[in-house]
Amino acid sequence: MTVTAEPRTLTFREAFREGLREALAGDDRVFLMGEDVGRYGGCFAVSQGLLEEFGEERVRDTPLSESAFVGAGIGAALGGALPIVEIMTVNFAMLALDQIVNNAATLRHMSGGQLSVPLVVRIPTGPGRQLAAQHSHTLEGWFAHVPGLRVVAPATLEDARGMLATALADPDPVLVFEQIGSYGVRGELAADPGPVDLDRAAVRRAGSDVTVVAYGGTLAPALDAAAELATGDLSAEVVDLRTLRPLDTATVLESVARTHRLLVVDNAWRTGGPGAEIVARVAEEALDELDAPVERIGAVEVPVPYARQLEEAALPSVGRIVEAARRAVA
Amino acid sequence: MSGTGARDLFTTMLRIRRFEERCVELYSAGAIRGFLHLCVGEEAVAAGVLAALSAEDAVVSTYREHGHALARGVPMESLLAEMFGRVTGCSRGRGGSMHLFDASRRFYGGNAIVAGGIPVAVGLALADRLRARPRVTACLFGDGAVAEGEFHESLNLAALWHLPVVFCCENNRYAMGTALARSHAETDLALRAGSYGVRSWAVDGMDAVAVREATALAVDTARAGGGPCFLELRTYRFRAHSMYDADRYRDRAEVEAWRLRDPVELLAADLTADGLLDDAGRKELEEAVGREIDEAERAAEAAPVEPVEDLTRFVTTTMDPEVAR
Repeated sequence: MTVTAEPRTLTFREAFREGLREALAGDDRVFLMGEDVGRYGGCFAVSQGLLEEFGEERVRDTPLSESAFVGAGIGAALGGALPIVEIMTVNFAMLALDQIVNNAATLRHMSGGQLSVPLVVRIPTGPGRQLAAQHSHTLEGWFAHVPGLRVVAPATLEDARGMLATALADPDPVLVFEQIGSYGVRGELAADPGPVDLDRAAVRRAGSDVTVVAYGGTLAPALDAAAELATGDLSAEVVDLRTLRPLDTATVLESVARTHRLLVVDNAWRTGGPGAEIVARVAEEALDELDAPVERIGAVEVPVPYARQLEEAALPSVGRIVEAARRAVA
Repeated sequence: MSGTGARDLFTTMLRIRRFEERCVELYSAGAIRGFLHLCVGEEAVAAGVLAALSAEDAVVSTYREHGHALARGVPMESLLAEMFGRVTGCSRGRGGSMHLFDASRRFYGGNAIVAGGIPVAVGLALADRLRARPRVTACLFGDGAVAEGEFHESLNLAALWHLPVVFCCENNRYAMGTALARSHAETDLALRAGSYGVRSWAVDGMDAVAVREATALAVDTARAGGGPCFLELRTYRFRAHSMYDADRYRDRAEVEAWRLRDPVELLAADLTADGLLDDAGRKELEEAVGREIDEAERAAEAAPVEPVEDLTRFVTTTMDPEVAR
C-alpha cells in the first residue's frame, strides 16, 4: 500500500480506485471483471484508467450476465486466481444470488473443507439519488444472513482504500458494499492509514450520553447528527459497524455500557434488517445496561419512490437521527 | 480405440452399474438418506467423458454424479462413506450423495442447483487461461439445465472469451418428470448451443466408445485454443429420477425400448464380438467389482462419524464468530 507522508485530499471514488490499482499491481493473480468496468471506466468511474494500465486480460468487461460472471469469479477463485467481481448495483446482485448463496458461501463447508473461494465482490449500493425502487434499496443485510460470507461496508476514506486489500487476503468470499452516494465526496485521507482490520467495528466519535450505531450510508448522517446534538449539550458516541458479518458485537456492547442508551440507524427496512440484529444482541447480552427503550431508525417500509420529497421521507435523515437520539435520552 | 481402452470403459461402466444397484439396496435399508439420484442407463456418458480427460483437467458435475466421481477415480469407499454420513466420506459427511467433492482429483462437485455449476466451470477455465495452463474443464449437466438462464449466460461467456470448457449435456430426455418436448420449444440442444458460436455435436450417449471419441475431440479442440465445445450426449435413465419418484410420467414401453440399448450390454456385445470378453472374463470382472463394492461398504460402515462438536468447522477458514456464538 502506498505510504504517504502527508494527509491527502481525495474523493471516495479515487480512494476505491487506489485500492483497486494497488491490488492489481501487487499480485498478478488479481483481476477485475464486471459490467462496464473496462472500456467505459466503471459505471461510477471507479475503475477509470485501469483497463489502459493493466490490459484486457486483467480488466474484463462482461456481458450483462450477473449469475455467469459471479459464478465465473467463484470458479476462477477455485482455480487459484484472486478475482474482484463488480456487480453494478446491489439490486442487480439479486440476479447472482444463486451463485453467492448456493456456491460461494457453501463450497468450503459442503466439500468438508477441501475448497476455498477467495473471491471479492464489490457491490455499489445506497439510496438518495431519485433512482426509484429498482436502484435504491439497501439489501446488505440479506447477505449478512448467510454463513460462509463476509460482508463489509466501507464508510471512511481509509476503509474505502484499504478494505479491498484485506478482503483479498481473506481465503473466503467477501462482499464489499460501496456507497454510491459517497463516490463524489471529498475528504482527507490519513497520512499512513495502515492495513485495515475487517474484524472490528470502530468508534468514529466518542460520546457519553447515547450510542448511535451506523454503517455504510448512515455513518455520515449519524456523525452530522452527533455534531448537531453536541451543540445542545448531548454527547453521542457513533459506532461504525464496518463489517455486517461477522458483527463485532463487543464494540457495540462496550459503547452501550458507557452510554446506557442505544440508537440504531440503517438505510434498510427495519423488518428483519441489520438494525434488528444489533438490537437483539444488545437485548440478549446487555439488557441491564439500558436505561431507556432502544431507538431504531430504518427506511419506511415502502419500495423507495422516485419523487424527491417522497424519497426523503422514506429514508433516515440527520433530523430524524437527532430526534431519535433526544428521545433516547429524554 | 484400442481393445484395452474399450475394455477399460466396460469395467468403469460395470463398476458404476453395480455401485448404483448397491446404493438402491442401501437406501432401502436406510443406510443412505436424503435424496439419491442414480445414473443407471447413463453409464456410457460417465465412462466416456471422464476417460477423455487428463488428471490436470477439472470436472464440474451435478447431483446425479456417482458415476462421474467413480469414473474420475474417486475411491468407492469414500463415496459410500459420504453417503453414510461418515467423516471419511469425500466431503466429510457434509455433502451426501448430491455433493461429492475431491479436490485432489479436481472433482468440483456435486452441484444440486440445476445449472449452478456451469458458471463455476467457466471460471475454472478462466483461471487456467489467465495462468496460461493447458488445462480443460469438463462441465456435466442434464437437459433440464438448458432451460436455465445460467446455461445461456455461461455458454455466451465461454464462447466470448474463448475458454477451454467442454460442456457435456447428459440429455436423458427428462427434467425430473417433465419431458424435453414439454419444456423446450426447440429440442435439438446441440443446435441451440451452436447458436452461441460454440462447436456442438450430438452423440449417441449409449455408446461409450462414441462418447469417449467425441469428448476427446472436444477436449483436444478446447486445449488447443479452439474455444469451448458442447456435446449433447443422448441417453436415458432406466430408473426413476430419485428414490422418491414413482415414475408415473413415462410409458413402460418407452423405458423398455431404451433398455434394449443398455450401454453396458451394448459394449459387452461389441467386446465379445471382438474376442475381448468371454463368459469367464465377464464373470471374473463381475466378481472383482462385487468384491470392491463389498469392501467399500464394509470400510464405510466401520468408519467413524464426525463428532457434533465439529459441526461449525469449514464454514470459513478462520472460525466465524457468528457461527461460534
